[in-house]
Amino acid sequence: MRSKSYGDKASLGLKLGAIGTLLFLHVPLWVIFLYSFTTDESTYSFPLPGLTTKWFGVALQRTDLWDALKLSLQVASLATVAALILGTLAAAAVYRSNFFGRDAVSFLLVLPIALPGIVTGIALRSAIGSLEIPFSFWTIIIGHATFCVVVVYNNVLARFRRMQSSQIEASMDLGANSFQTFRYIVLPNIATALLAGGMLAFALSFDEVIVTTFTAGQQSTLPIWIFSQLVRPRDRPVTNVVATIVILITFLPIFFAQKISAESSDTEGETK
Amino acid sequence: MTNSAIRFDKVSRYFGDVKAVDAVDLEIQDGEFFSMLGPSGSGKTTCLRMIAGFDRPTSGSIHLYGQEVSDLPPYDRDVNTVFQDYALFPHMTIGDNIAYGLMIKRVPKAERAKRVDEMLDLVQLAGFAARKPSQLSGGQRQRVALARALINHPKVLLLDEPLGALDLKLRQQMQVELKSIQKRVGITFIFVTHDQEEALTMSDRIAVFNQGKIEQIGSPSDVYERPASSFVAGFVGTSNLVSGEVAKRITGSDQKFSIRPEKIHLGSASNVLTETMYKANGTVRDVIYLGLYTRYLVSLDDGGDLVVIEQNLKTTSMDVLKARDQKVVLFWEKDHISRVGG
Repeated sequence: MRSKSYGDKASLGLKLGAIGTLLFLHVPLWVIFLYSFTTDESTYSFPLPGLTTKWFGVALQRTDLWDALKLSLQVASLATVAALILGTLAAAAVYRSNFFGRDAVSFLLVLPIALPGIVTGIALRSAIGSLEIPFSFWTIIIGHATFCVVVVYNNVLARFRRMQSSQIEASMDLGANSFQTFRYIVLPNIATALLAGGMLAFALSFDEVIVTTFTAGQQSTLPIWIFSQLVRPRDRPVTNVVATIVILITFLPIFFAQKISAESSDTEGETK
Repeated sequence: MTNSAIRFDKVSRYFGDVKAVDAVDLEIQDGEFFSMLGPSGSGKTTCLRMIAGFDRPTSGSIHLYGQEVSDLPPYDRDVNTVFQDYALFPHMTIGDNIAYGLMIKRVPKAERAKRVDEMLDLVQLAGFAARKPSQLSGGQRQRVALARALINHPKVLLLDEPLGALDLKLRQQMQVELKSIQKRVGITFIFVTHDQEEALTMSDRIAVFNQGKIEQIGSPSDVYERPASSFVAGFVGTSNLVSGEVAKRITGSDQKFSIRPEKIHLGSASNVLTETMYKANGTVRDVIYLGLYTRYLVSLDDGGDLVVIEQNLKTTSMDVLKARDQKVVLFWEKDHISRVGG
């Protein structure tokens, strides 16, 4: 709700501030984009000595890069699936029943996202190590799931709280068993929350570095590969090419996730 | 036994130490419009929820047309509910909302559509099938909730304060409509409300609940004219309760009795009273002119106050206000008092 008494126009200072903030956030991204076309192999010189698209070709040939990207996509997908299932179940349990220590459980679920990644990483490393589980693809997923579950849990729980609980009773009253009630009533109600939470979880997992370094074995996910590129540069602009591709790929899901959650909060406002 | 729709045998429901429903016995007849009336927390909604299956009795048993249902889940019971907040499914159209029960039972699509149309006609919402619940007014949502329940032809329809959220005009209109729909479909209606006027208007019988127990079951006129307890006398309509020494001076017995304000006549010493009447002397303390009628507060000479209501048949506000501080004689038919326990 906008206050009419101050007029509909923002002040000049506010506009400049907003423009400044946007520039601060986005200029570095453009720089990366620009440097993926540079002819200079080893340094970030400006202005660019020349423009070329050869690094895109080089990037295509680098199998280590494609392995890392594939691993990242696999890890993010599986961590997201695990988060969707566990996060929804946890949210349903906390919402539906009133058991002893419910608030504590809720707090403990949310904690991993507030905790510094380095702490989570060390904790997981020593836990996995002491259980003598070999560090592998699966330990990366476990590590990522710890914070991915939270975003799904928070999204779904918020949606449950806005949902009329009598809808579930009404469905059972009309002859639907628990499974049918979940399928026809609960799922459509939380669908957009699952989509938004899932996309966020995927994005979090996809660019995670700290926890991954502690829970991975010999594998390197895309962020770790980029990180090692900075330390031991070989064809430096290739890194920029990768960054550009990642920006383009992530732009779409984030754009839609935003749109979906904005739309669903609009319609809920209407029904109230 | 065959015509009893619902039977409660010593049904109790405890929430921790709280006895929400305390050893209630109840029998509701087939085809009845039965109201459960009581203040909030009196156990009426818990009784309704136990019939629907959302809650289970701590002890005792509930029978639905002779079948024990106490432990059946809601979806295995042949009853449907109209919820206080309507509980319409916001992501479905009105048509899909109403057809939900049939869809779950896998009724073919063509028949579903036909029956939805019939229901929309019944609740006077023809042509609304494609809309969403958010596009409907409160009164319209209410009708959709009713149609969604009735389309399944339940044996018993449960209504949980369904008119609570509507404004007065709409509520009165829906009261008449609900009653006529009930007559047309011939289903047993169990109606939970805290509004005594609503219960009196629509019901064949009323059960008055207080603190988890039923204080009285009877027809609207029974409950109103012959309240069995001082709680019923006070909750259903307004009532004067007279007890102790004052009761003895008036009636010759110190047993507590109740008398409705509209049964009392306001007169003076010149009124000739018959043998069939009780009388009491007093002074008018307050006069409240309410248009249709006037409410007087009279202090009795023997102690205590009585509220008297007289219709303004010939009087105007100028006339009635003159009564303040006047000495009056109150009188009423002996038949009109109701001896109450407790």
